[in-house]
Amino acid sequence: MPDFLLLALLAGLGVAVMAGPLGSFAVWRRMAYFGDTLAHSALLGVSLGLLLEINLNLAVILGCVLLALALVALQQNRFLATDTLLGILSHSTLAVGLITVSLFSNSRIDLLAYLFGDILSVTRGDVITVWIIAITVIGLLTRLWRPLLAITVHEELAQVEGIRVTAVRTSLMLLMALVIAIAMKVVGVLLITALLIIPAAASRRLTHTPEQMAIGASLLACFAVVGGLTASFWWDSPPGPSIVLAATGFFILSFFKKQTT
Amino acid sequence: MAKVLLTARGVGVKRSDRYILRGADLTLEAGKIVTLIGPNGAGKTTLVRSVLGLIQTDEGSIERLPDLRIGYMPQKLHLEPSLPLSVLRFLTLTGKSGSELDEVGQITGIEHLYKQPMQQLSGGETQRVLLARALLRDPQLLVLDEPVQGVDVTGQAALYSLINDIRKQRQCGVLLVSHDLHLVMATTDIVVCLNQHVCCSGHPQAVTNDPAYLALFGEQLKPQIALYTHHHDHQHDALGNIVENEPASHHHCNHDHA
Repeated sequence: MPDFLLLALLAGLGVAVMAGPLGSFAVWRRMAYFGDTLAHSALLGVSLGLLLEINLNLAVILGCVLLALALVALQQNRFLATDTLLGILSHSTLAVGLITVSLFSNSRIDLLAYLFGDILSVTRGDVITVWIIAITVIGLLTRLWRPLLAITVHEELAQVEGIRVTAVRTSLMLLMALVIAIAMKVVGVLLITALLIIPAAASRRLTHTPEQMAIGASLLACFAVVGGLTASFWWDSPPGPSIVLAATGFFILSFFKKQTT
Repeated sequence: MAKVLLTARGVGVKRSDRYILRGADLTLEAGKIVTLIGPNGAGKTTLVRSVLGLIQTDEGSIERLPDLRIGYMPQKLHLEPSLPLSVLRFLTLTGKSGSELDEVGQITGIEHLYKQPMQQLSGGETQRVLLARALLRDPQLLVLDEPVQGVDVTGQAALYSLINDIRKQRQCGVLLVSHDLHLVMATTDIVVCLNQHVCCSGHPQAVTNDPAYLALFGEQLKPQIALYTHHHDHQHDALGNIVENEPASHHHCNHDHA
């Protein structure tokens, strides 16, 4: 196997492992649009990084985290519905990102790589970053699992039972921001949400507990990465979209299983 | 004198500069059932949420016993169909398992449901499971917001008698929200009648005769009446017999009857 493919596979698998449980929460809590907004703000992060001339990975993570915090704050006073807020933030960050990136595009930036991912160009350093973040995210998720599930089921009930709902919810958003920032390299801004949502949705029909669904989603996302990269290698298809399409294939296949619950 | 669990004094809550609840007093004691009644929008849920500490109050004070354990049964449980959650998993979200779980499952009679997905429960089963989850906290105070919602009539009576049994066995205080006083009359110790302020409160029998209660709920006791506005060309005497309009010897005739 060529080196670049091995690195791509390792980076992809790292992202897939995180995408399972976080994608499950995105499905349970109807956060698909939130994921999109975060992804678009990753592009804003890129432009900030270019303007301030700081490390782009760091800038992207910063952009996503800042937007997640802004959303938490804005949701506290509900003068606009959440999806309206998300719509405003999502598209204005995308617009700013596109404009800035295109201003720089002649020299340093490949816009398509940001929009659809550039997994075949990941470096050894990228792979290490992905796996450090993956281990951190999975560790934190394991620790926060019960409170996270409790606030997903019923926030007020969880609060009465002594769970610090705002803190837990904010942590989830920050974790998601982190994963999206790092997943941008693999599938790109426009396809990140798909990698979160589709494996989780496919896993739903095959499982009976929240834990099974999260792990199942991780496994399916891993298969999708392997499948997508294989397709990309043999047929020279763009890797990001191939991964997403492989996941969609699993989702369609999941319909052939008779649902028991 | 029973142990006082929680005292609320002059509680007021504002929403966009308008009070939706004001001057509400409430005392909850161990072993006593307090029922909160009132029409829609009367602030029942607002008061409950204040008691639970879910919202900040704008006026007044709420004193809780230190480390008061509250078991809360919310009005509604909306679960995403995408979340695979069995009854047992729902209950263990409290972090409790083993003998506590067995005991509570037995009291509420839900043990046979453990493997069922939450989304497939009937209304009555859901309420029992929610009650079980509240009990798992071994609560000193049970707060039940419309516990019989979506339950058929026989189920309602059964659920109320279950709540009454639990109160007796565990000696916990109960705060109950209801809009049907008649069902809860027998088991309630104190009724608080709410309409953005406390209209009246006391023992159920006393409250049902209170003018403030009758003003709020009297309407529900009568059959439905449709009003037909029209002019009368005659008058009735005290027995309802028609009497022809006479030249006025006294000045009460020819006004409109609604």
